[in-house]
Amino acid sequence: MTGATSVPAPTRRPLGVPDLCLVVLVGATGSGKSTFAARHFKPTEVLSSDFCRGLVSDDENDQSASGDAFEVLHYIAAKRLAAGRRTVVDATNVQPEARAQLVKLAREHDVLPVAVVLDLPEEVCAERNAARADRAGMPRRVIQRHQRELRRSLRHLEREGFRKVHVLKGVEQVEAAEIVTERRFNDLRHLAGPFDIVGDIHGCRSELETLLARLGYEVEYDALGRAVDARHPQGRTAVFVGDLVDRGPDSPGVLRLVMGMTAAGHGLCVPGNHENKLGRYLKGRKVQHSHGLAETVAQLEGEDEAFRGEVAAFIEGLVSHYVLDGGALVVCHAGLPEKYHGRTSGRVRSFALYGDTTGETDEFGLPVRYPWAEEYRGRAAVVYGHTPTPRASWLNNTICLDTGCVFGGRMTALRWPERELVDVPAEQVWYEPAKPLASEAPGGADGRPLDLGDVAGRRVVETRHMGRVAVKEENAAAALEVMSRFAVDPRLLPYLPPTMAPCATSKEDGYLEHPAEAFASYRADGVREVVCEEKHMGSRAVVLVCRDEAAARERFGAAAGVSGAVCTRTGRPFFDDPAVTEQVLKSVREAVESAGLWAELADPAAAGSGHWLLLDAELLPWSLKASGLLRGQYAAVGAASGAAFPGALDALEAAAARGVEVPDLLARQRERAVDAAAFTEAYRRYCWPVDGLDGVRLAPFQILAAPGRSLAAVPHDEQLAWLDRLVEHDGTGLLRRTGRLVVDTEDEASVAAGVRWWLDLTAAGGEGMVVKPLGALVRKGDGRLVQPGVKCRGREYLRIIYGPEYTRPENLDRLRVRHLGHKRSLALREYALGLEALDRLADGEPLWRVHEAVFAVLALESEPVDPRL
Amino acid sequence: MTTTGSAERPATDLGFLLHKHPGKAQAFSTAHGTAHVFYPEADDSRCTAALLLEVDPVALVRRARGKGRGGAPDSALAQYVNDRPYAASSLLAVALSTVFASAMKGQCKARPELPAQPLPLHVALPAVPARGGAGLVRRLFEPLGWTVRAEPVPLDETFPEWGDSRYVRLGLEGERTVADALRHLYVLLPVLDDAKHYWVSPDEVDKLLRAGEGWLEDHPEQKLIADRYLARRRTLTRDALERLELARLAEADDTAAEEIDNAVEESADTEERPVPLAVRRRETILGVLREAKAARVLDLGCGPGQLLGELLKEGQFTDIVGMDVSMRALQEARRRLRLDRMPERQSERLRLVQGSLAYTDARLKGYDAAVLSEVVEHVDPPRLSALEYAVFGAARPRTVVVTTPNVEYNVRWESLPAGHVRHGDHRFEWTRAEFRAWAGEVAGRHGYEVEFRPVGPDDPEVGPPTQLAYFRQAEPASARTPAAPATPAPADSPAKEAQA
Repeated sequence: MTGATSVPAPTRRPLGVPDLCLVVLVGATGSGKSTFAARHFKPTEVLSSDFCRGLVSDDENDQSASGDAFEVLHYIAAKRLAAGRRTVVDATNVQPEARAQLVKLAREHDVLPVAVVLDLPEEVCAERNAARADRAGMPRRVIQRHQRELRRSLRHLEREGFRKVHVLKGVEQVEAAEIVTERRFNDLRHLAGPFDIVGDIHGCRSELETLLARLGYEVEYDALGRAVDARHPQGRTAVFVGDLVDRGPDSPGVLRLVMGMTAAGHGLCVPGNHENKLGRYLKGRKVQHSHGLAETVAQLEGEDEAFRGEVAAFIEGLVSHYVLDGGALVVCHAGLPEKYHGRTSGRVRSFALYGDTTGETDEFGLPVRYPWAEEYRGRAAVVYGHTPTPRASWLNNTICLDTGCVFGGRMTALRWPERELVDVPAEQVWYEPAKPLASEAPGGADGRPLDLGDVAGRRVVETRHMGRVAVKEENAAAALEVMSRFAVDPRLLPYLPPTMAPCATSKEDGYLEHPAEAFASYRADGVREVVCEEKHMGSRAVVLVCRDEAAARERFGAAAGVSGAVCTRTGRPFFDDPAVTEQVLKSVREAVESAGLWAELADPAAAGSGHWLLLDAELLPWSLKASGLLRGQYAAVGAASGAAFPGALDALEAAAARGVEVPDLLARQRERAVDAAAFTEAYRRYCWPVDGLDGVRLAPFQILAAPGRSLAAVPHDEQLAWLDRLVEHDGTGLLRRTGRLVVDTEDEASVAAGVRWWLDLTAAGGEGMVVKPLGALVRKGDGRLVQPGVKCRGREYLRIIYGPEYTRPENLDRLRVRHLGHKRSLALREYALGLEALDRLADGEPLWRVHEAVFAVLALESEPVDPRL
Repeated sequence: MTTTGSAERPATDLGFLLHKHPGKAQAFSTAHGTAHVFYPEADDSRCTAALLLEVDPVALVRRARGKGRGGAPDSALAQYVNDRPYAASSLLAVALSTVFASAMKGQCKARPELPAQPLPLHVALPAVPARGGAGLVRRLFEPLGWTVRAEPVPLDETFPEWGDSRYVRLGLEGERTVADALRHLYVLLPVLDDAKHYWVSPDEVDKLLRAGEGWLEDHPEQKLIADRYLARRRTLTRDALERLELARLAEADDTAAEEIDNAVEESADTEERPVPLAVRRRETILGVLREAKAARVLDLGCGPGQLLGELLKEGQFTDIVGMDVSMRALQEARRRLRLDRMPERQSERLRLVQGSLAYTDARLKGYDAAVLSEVVEHVDPPRLSALEYAVFGAARPRTVVVTTPNVEYNVRWESLPAGHVRHGDHRFEWTRAEFRAWAGEVAGRHGYEVEFRPVGPDDPEVGPPTQLAYFRQAEPASARTPAAPATPAPADSPAKEAQA
């Protein structure tokens, strides 16, 4: 690693210094430390005690300021080291106490302490001090004392904790010194892969060969038919997360293959705790032959001494973790928090090998592990193994690839940067697990109560469809209040609907929104088939309906008498009276039952705890939920305008009759009066009285999920066919059908028919329509999600949004200036979060994981965005 | 505005008074649209001047939507569906004062004798927003000598069940000067509406005093008028009252302002009345905490911080955490406790945090006591179990104090209609038996002992108005607390490896 720069001249003396470490200069006053530091390091890397003395006291030589000065120095050094910057301490450091503090500082930041000693003759030091005005008066005995202390220290530096010690004796050696920056062993940022990261193997050689073949590697065999190397034709690199050995049938075979691959440069490997223990055994240390080591030891008996030696050397040379791909990827065995990435210390190694253990053991005798990944917020993806889980899944940009192959699970690999999972099943149960696999999914066992840490503060939610979605602190704070005070039990709230953007603003005369824009934008996104769905003017409702109370209790922890939930878009119960909710659920349940949809939609494997469906719907009439808004705002405006115009028009007409010049004003007021009346008509259409459930209508437009399945990606024609069956089988008159029309965005006639359909729908008083890609979950050519739907609201309906007089040309012109960007982005982010919640629900993930995504939707809803869009 | 007249005293004098020619229609541009003045009728016997304010609805919204200083104080203005273009609000009041500025001052250059003469006037406004309804309209205008006709406008005749809107069709008749009529309207329209489209600045007080000169001093609703006109800015209200007070000192010697000020402070207290119950509750809680020798105390659901203030007064409580889910409540608590001006030694004893008992919270571990004063009744019953776990299962303070209303006592509140809860946000109110049953189960499940204490007068029949449960962790620590690991760490534990 040294000598990477130019070849040193014979007089040059190279000193290796890692690129991240704490360099401690040691030398008497006048020994030239500052000059040395200035010559070999960047000015910002060097922290001088003299300078700090000046900072706090205006006098670099004021020894009484030393205490404060060193506090400042240590503080700055700590900040630099925390940020991963090499730091050089320019102080005499001749006393062990001074050095001990610096060694401690280095350890606290998991970097190596390095000592560079400048041991110069007393005469030279005295001469140099004499040449400096501010030090000319320094007594000779100070130098002598420094020199005595320095000499006494020399032998102990390594024992004090310095991992490298460079001693430069005399002026020539100092002059000849040249600092050579060394890369840390764990720093492989320059390698960009692509990589195939392989989870825990535990002696399952055969599955490993199968997995490598699945990944496209060509396995090479030696004369005895043993796999000794594997090479990817496209030059990909395999990365092993450790735990190659123990428990399984052929640990030596796995070692031979992995050692071959790393030696040939086709693979990288980090150590697991099992390698660590095997290494200690091979070195002759006394270790317990528990947790599968006995099998490995027995298998190694069949190998020769040379192989055992190679294994020992291989293990000895393993580096605790690697930072790869420009810092975007960290691979280690048991996980690693961000502050340990690229660091070098005993505790970093220990964490990388064992994870965050609490020191306790559970009832199976296994160490209790702290779920570090739950708190991980780092930028680099951390790929690890160690903890067997039934399924590999991302959590806060970390993923555990140990899917328990040796216990009869699967062996899993992750393709990077593609982030694709590839796995092969175990050929058999090779080793009985000490405890059941299922209970240790990342994030702990199912049923852990929700914790504030799952939702509060600034957060990033990992979504499979859109990557990381951020939630701001103030939005989370608002959501916390609503979720805590008004929402239904989070267990009954596995989903909240995303907001929906309107189509682009129309330039058509008299229109603000027009379907031509919706068709055009989907065509531009490469979406050919879209479905226009009638937009029911009511209030959004998410309906969770279980087949019976037992299913609701079993799957969602519902209380007695509760068989589901009907929630608003912010998670509040739709009806104040739980009995009305149950009545709605009963009607829906009977329709599902009679249409035979329970079994048809569920994943049979997941329906064991009972059947349920999650529906996205509109509940009508609007006046049912919005009566406060209606009376306070909409009807009020109708009442005020209705009262104001007759008098105004009478007065103007009387003035006109007298011959006063008011014709323009009169004409304009007449038009305004007509607009106001049209506004009143517009909101009235969506109001009708209800009595209990009498008059209430539910228009479902998507079935979101069923046991074990997210149905959000099912094409809309299939969805609507299910929903039609539901409506047909509804005996109570509660359910309402959704009108629809499929449009081909490439076909002019079809687009024209779509526009006509909308015009007819809105002329008859409809709110408008939603245009969705027929394929539901669709991506653009560049891989990004397209809007799951855009709304085109009717001309009359928009009076309720933009005011009675919005259609007047001078108003329309100004209203056309509206900014859709934020709304569109918000709609997509909320959509991705909603999909994520459904996927997590389908995968049977713990409540907090589902709730995290649902909560994030609510939080995003509190972002400032034009509410009229 | 209509007046009647005769050949000797023609009604068309109104044109001189308003400085607007009865034969013309004139337009004046104002900040939010155009004001038109025209005369539907004008002859010697009868003359009507009409002011029509044509509001630009889009400009109104756009202007209101700015943030901070640029925006409007009334968030409703930022709505496109907005009554302002149709209702007689502060927009109209400002238009009146702009278009009829001289008339309002009682000036008339051409006929200087005219403004001082009262005229038979009839003022008609088709849609006046009136918070307080027709009754308040009468209370405001009748003392000024007007005969008031105020008819409520129905919200929507298609839905009679919705009732009346907040608008009234207003007619005023009386013998007043035109200047008085204009000044009455200028002040009382925004007062009735109880909103203004502009930020109220300190000179608003001067405006009120100027426009109110000669009639506001003795108006029986003077306090309400000043309060609403100054948009409820308390410091300004006090300022105005004191200055009115000073103006009246010439006539009478009065010191009521201070008391009214106190009332304003007191009415900002959100606790239900009578206030002594809230005081009694805090006393009882403090007594229990003293008895429990608690030093580190959580006030969970602290609201605007009344209990926190009491806790801070006692040195025994060294570490106080006020938690609430509402950021507004915390902000109010910070303001009421004057946290930013508190001496450091005191403020470092107190922390205010947002949190929710629907979630477990690691920050709440390790405290001596937690108080949940009037909190549980604000939680929906299905979600009480989460609260129970967060407090008794996860945070596990040594002592927990819970207070909640005793619904049986409600019959003793004279002001409370039968069957009503005491606060709009109460999700339930428990009888003594219900509360005891719940508390007993909670204590049993989590290893606590519980006893009950009354707060307020313990009525022999219905019990005390507030009930209190005092939970103490049972000794020795119950089996529920996580047991320390009994088995020694296995050989490959990291503690050993790390040293290797």
